[in-house]
Amino acid sequence: MSHQGVVAACSDAVTMIDRSVRLARRNVDTLFASILLPLLMMALFVYVFGGAINTGTEYVNYVVPGILLLTTGYGAASTAMVVADDMDTGMIDRLRSLPIHSFAVLTGHVVASVARNAAATAIVILASLAMGFRPGGGVVDWLAAIGLLLLYVVALSWLAAGLGVIAKSVESASTLSFFMLFLPYLSSAFVPPETMPSWLRPVSENQPITPVIETVRSLLIGTPMDGNGTLALAWCSGLLLFSVVLASSLYRRRTGR
Amino acid sequence: MIVEATELRKSYGATEVLAGVDLSVAEGSVLALLGPNGAGKTTIVRILTTLTRPDAGTATIDGYDVLREPARVRGVISLTGQFAAVDENQTGRENLVMVGRLMHLGRRGAQRRTGELLEQFGLTGAMDRRVKTYSGGMRRKLDLAMSLIGRPRVIFLDEPTTGLDPASRSAMWDAIVELVRDGTTILLTTQYLEEADRLADRIVLLDHGRVIASGSADSLKTQIGGERIELRFTDEVQLLKATGVLDGLADQLVLTVPSDGTAAHLHHVLDVLRDNGLEPERVSSHRPTLDDVFLALTA
Repeated sequence: MSHQGVVAACSDAVTMIDRSVRLARRNVDTLFASILLPLLMMALFVYVFGGAINTGTEYVNYVVPGILLLTTGYGAASTAMVVADDMDTGMIDRLRSLPIHSFAVLTGHVVASVARNAAATAIVILASLAMGFRPGGGVVDWLAAIGLLLLYVVALSWLAAGLGVIAKSVESASTLSFFMLFLPYLSSAFVPPETMPSWLRPVSENQPITPVIETVRSLLIGTPMDGNGTLALAWCSGLLLFSVVLASSLYRRRTGR
Repeated sequence: MIVEATELRKSYGATEVLAGVDLSVAEGSVLALLGPNGAGKTTIVRILTTLTRPDAGTATIDGYDVLREPARVRGVISLTGQFAAVDENQTGRENLVMVGRLMHLGRRGAQRRTGELLEQFGLTGAMDRRVKTYSGGMRRKLDLAMSLIGRPRVIFLDEPTTGLDPASRSAMWDAIVELVRDGTTILLTTQYLEEADRLADRIVLLDHGRVIASGSADSLKTQIGGERIELRFTDEVQLLKATGVLDGLADQLVLTVPSDGTAAHLHHVLDVLRDNGLEPERVSSHRPTLDDVFLALTA
């Protein structure tokens, strides 16, 4: 791509980010749900189930990193619906018949998703502090945790964008992205995997969300890291690479028939 | 020819949508693709606008090959699809500026062009309202305005007035006529014969993925037969007498006489009637409508 081409592609991406962020801000239902649902889940686990779950620490400290992943997963999943909506209405044809870089459309949605998630995560963290979350960790630990969560959100948003592209409708996009919401429940987010039945434990311990949660936990509340950091980085980078390739090739195929 | 397509073929699975379509559009003219649902109109538009790859055949827009130089083609054309492609949750102005920026007019340029188009389409009053509050007609207008931002040389309109009420339809037609006056080349698809008749220089009739006729509206009408004169009488007796002196078809109180459309022939018909003491109540001259053409060719 020529220098001019790069500038044009960036300008297209900026325009599409502008659009997606504006649409996300105005899609009050989604915005509301992606903040409210994790808050409700947190309240439910901290106040209702938490008393009965023994994790060896204050339960609120145990569960908040999990809630943060649930929040981001939920927010990223709604990206699938937004993308599917573009595909379903004539908008994608208009965008595709313009002389713009095809990457710009999905990039716009992913960046908007990250922005929405960042806002939701910030609110959830504030609420968790009010509920008694007492994290430790220095500035570097926090930056590392935020960085990892960011990488996770970007990867998941690309995956959701890819699902949005292949979904035949907004409804089926929502169904396809269901596993993103479900996966945290099968991780160490809410209960330690040791308490799960022996057939479920390997699933819980070897799925991508557990190392990410354990890393955030280690950084914020000082549990042992045990190589989870490297594993989390590997999972997230791998997922990102896979998702970007998947989403772009699906996009090209779907729009190029 | 600014648009040229040769032997376009496309199948989806076992369904053949296009069975070898040739067409061409001269610069500054309007071509209407006319046909029922499933005739292949939209597929042709999608191929010419680089959205769909044909299985076989070639197409060029302004000399650029749609398969080999899609980016070039996209710089010349614009597409207004069957469903208004507008963002419901953006305002009219935001939608227009967005497309302007994607056309690389720059922030300033996009805003200037947006102002012009809002004015041209009478949307200035609604420009800061979200599109979801717009009526169907306003959406189509905005949709068309978005297509015009980059001053495309060829505009594709896929069923531009489907689902619009008569007033909005007529406003849309006026907008299209305006574009033609500015020298823009237009390829539109429609199921409405009246629309093709009214707007198009040339009409291509499609049925089951094939071109079944093409030409100007007039030439198509002549293809399936000439004009006729309809004579309405006040009573059966007169009608019967008239049937005796003129060749024609009587139905109810109307006698339909084939004609060559000249004044001389009309004079002759009226003279014959007067010589026989007959006076029709009403006289009207009819040319076949495109509906007649269509039914005659697809039957």
